[in-house]
Amino acid sequence: MDDFLAARLQMAFSLGFHIVFACIGMVMPFFMSLAHFYWLKTKNVVYRDVTKAWSKGVAIFFATGAVSGTVLSFELGLLWPKFMEHAGPIFGMPFSLEGTAFFIEAIALGFYLYGWNRINPWFHWATGVVVGISGLLSGILVVAANAWMNSPAGFDYINGEYLNIDPIKAMFNDAWFSQALHMTVAAFVSTGFAVAGVHALMILRGRNVAFHSKAFKIAAVFGTIAACLQPISGDISAKDVAKRQPAKLAAMEAHFHTERNAPLIIGGIPDTAGKKVDYAIKIPGLLSFMATGDFNGEVKGLDSIPKEDQPPIGVTHYAFQIMVGLGMAMVGLAILYFIALWKKKQWLNSNWLLKLFVIATPMGFIALEAGWTVTEVGRQPWIIHGIMRTADAVTPMPGIAYSFYLFTGVYISLSVIVSLLLYRQITMVGKLYDSSNEVPKS
Amino acid sequence: MIYVVIIFLWTAILLYILLGGADFGAGIIELFTSKGNKDKTRKTMYDAIGPIWEANHMWLIIAIVILFVGFPKIYTTVSVYLHIPLVCMLLGIIARGTAFVFRNYDAVEDDMQKLYTPIFVYSSLITPFFLGIIAASAVSGRIDLQANDFLSAYVFSWLNWFSIAVGIFTVSICGFLATIFIIGQADNESDRKFFTRKARRTIFMVMFCGALVFLSAYLEQIPLFNWIFGDTPGLIAIIAASISLVVMFFILERDKPIMLRLLAGFQVSMILFAATYSHFPDIVLLKNGTNLSLLTHQGQIKTIESLAYALLIGSIFILPALFYLIYIFQKRKDIPSDH
Repeated sequence: MDDFLAARLQMAFSLGFHIVFACIGMVMPFFMSLAHFYWLKTKNVVYRDVTKAWSKGVAIFFATGAVSGTVLSFELGLLWPKFMEHAGPIFGMPFSLEGTAFFIEAIALGFYLYGWNRINPWFHWATGVVVGISGLLSGILVVAANAWMNSPAGFDYINGEYLNIDPIKAMFNDAWFSQALHMTVAAFVSTGFAVAGVHALMILRGRNVAFHSKAFKIAAVFGTIAACLQPISGDISAKDVAKRQPAKLAAMEAHFHTERNAPLIIGGIPDTAGKKVDYAIKIPGLLSFMATGDFNGEVKGLDSIPKEDQPPIGVTHYAFQIMVGLGMAMVGLAILYFIALWKKKQWLNSNWLLKLFVIATPMGFIALEAGWTVTEVGRQPWIIHGIMRTADAVTPMPGIAYSFYLFTGVYISLSVIVSLLLYRQITMVGKLYDSSNEVPKS
Repeated sequence: MIYVVIIFLWTAILLYILLGGADFGAGIIELFTSKGNKDKTRKTMYDAIGPIWEANHMWLIIAIVILFVGFPKIYTTVSVYLHIPLVCMLLGIIARGTAFVFRNYDAVEDDMQKLYTPIFVYSSLITPFFLGIIAASAVSGRIDLQANDFLSAYVFSWLNWFSIAVGIFTVSICGFLATIFIIGQADNESDRKFFTRKARRTIFMVMFCGALVFLSAYLEQIPLFNWIFGDTPGLIAIIAASISLVVMFFILERDKPIMLRLLAGFQVSMILFAATYSHFPDIVLLKNGTNLSLLTHQGQIKTIESLAYALLIGSIFILPALFYLIYIFQKRKDIPSDH
């Protein structure tokens, strides 16, 4: 395997791994705090049990997210030294603030996990909220740094030199808001659906039903509301990408020719040689409308972009289709759930709705990874859009393939162990957490 | 402003050595404790470090962010030429951080515990060892920007007796910090005696490893002796550390845990001070005789300014919260919790 490809794959794996843990680590504290709030208000022990069970999940995901994040802060230099040499001082601002947010999160988590019966109950509850808020801030700041790579700002690039650096402008680059919004909502969708799905499965199996029903409802409400908001944020992102990175949009849509009244292409197999998409559903004018707000607006196609500046079309297109498809499926399920909550209460007790949630368990995270692929692969061949190519940023050290195998092995084993741990936590809810259940607490 | 950033960098490194080091030391002394006493040591240790252990490792992130934002050339040079020990250290960090949580939060106590525990203790050993290697390699003058074969560019940049000795020394420092820390956590007299005996042994261990560092520096022709004893502030720091060590020996038997911790922290700060003062502002010494300096290789003025403000504002939030966290869980260790 060539070193450049190995470095890209290692980075992709590391980020792909970290993103799951980081998202759960920043969203679960909100679920946990809400359950905790209900416990303090209603003194219904089920809520306390749910809170405690979820706090274990938060601890496991936070720790794994923290170490994989530490690794990433080194990998930036280990794999992309020439990028970091120039980019570090420009886009470093969000990272230095993120350091604080992350630190506060770790401190608050210490209070939260060990604070039961030791500190004032409402102070204890507040530390849980702080875990969530600082986690969310960390996420937004890191995404702002990534947005800078898509939309470089805060410096003048003159004769290969990076002059007049302004870190604040770099942080508030054009893409930061749309990307941070889309990512944050995505974190709520994916975590909400994943958690809801797991609890739905346990309800279907008839285990600790009272416990799992309360847990399911909190997660499902968060996930479904976020799922319905996501298309709006997606629309903001699409318009933004159309303006700033026409090559990325063209690759997402496999849109080969610049045209007005451009059709939205759904599915299909892009034929890069023939510059067409086979077997796709085409909705006339919709792409123009989505990108520009006008059915007759012009959308730049791949033909307007030099071959050497085009991103990989296949991967970007398929990833985008997967993201949108799963996103829509989750919106559909969300609508069914809202109907059940407001109009058809009997649906809530029916197995089919719970079964749909079980099926949807991984959907959010698959969509999240797919969306991440779109934004990262769609930026290629650039590491700093329009300024520096990824191939020019890679480390001179040979043998990165071995490093890639090593880290892949580590991340796969960690995933297996975390899954096992969660499986054990979930199947032993009756013994560990559910104090109201038929199984006595040990 | 650059000095604000440098002070934060130095302090973050010091706090990582002290707090993270005591944390690594917990794993190290678990490894070197006889079977019969393992459970006691482990339990005392984890009751104490549980609430703050995640925060202890944040200092490394702060230090690395300061480096890559403020001193990108230094960060990237180290990343390229010390790639291999950095990867080893990272593997240690991953293994240790996850194994610690997994063994605390696994719902079932079974054979998996036999997997987590060795991973935890060995990675507690490996991580500071490579951390020491990286620190020593930065100043041992073996990083060769002109090297054109793999071994001299990426292996001999860090593989020498001096770096290995500093790695071992760092491990001994971690063990030392942990044993001094744990004395104050003992809840009965016999445990306290046991941990005190252990502490005395680790102090001798640190002194022996320190001697190894000087010996290896001599073998590798690194002027360590001149660095440490060559200028007055370094000399004063070492003398102060030695005096406090004597004081420590005298009060080791008495029940003065806080005093012991302060003395240990003081000694390690003085060692770091003496080790960094003599080359300041240089932080990486290269084979060709040129050095990477914190003053000449800093980022542009606006970067340094905003970094300094971010750090100052951050510390307003972090420090009080951290002190409160430590205070709460030190004060009320006697109240049982259901965790």
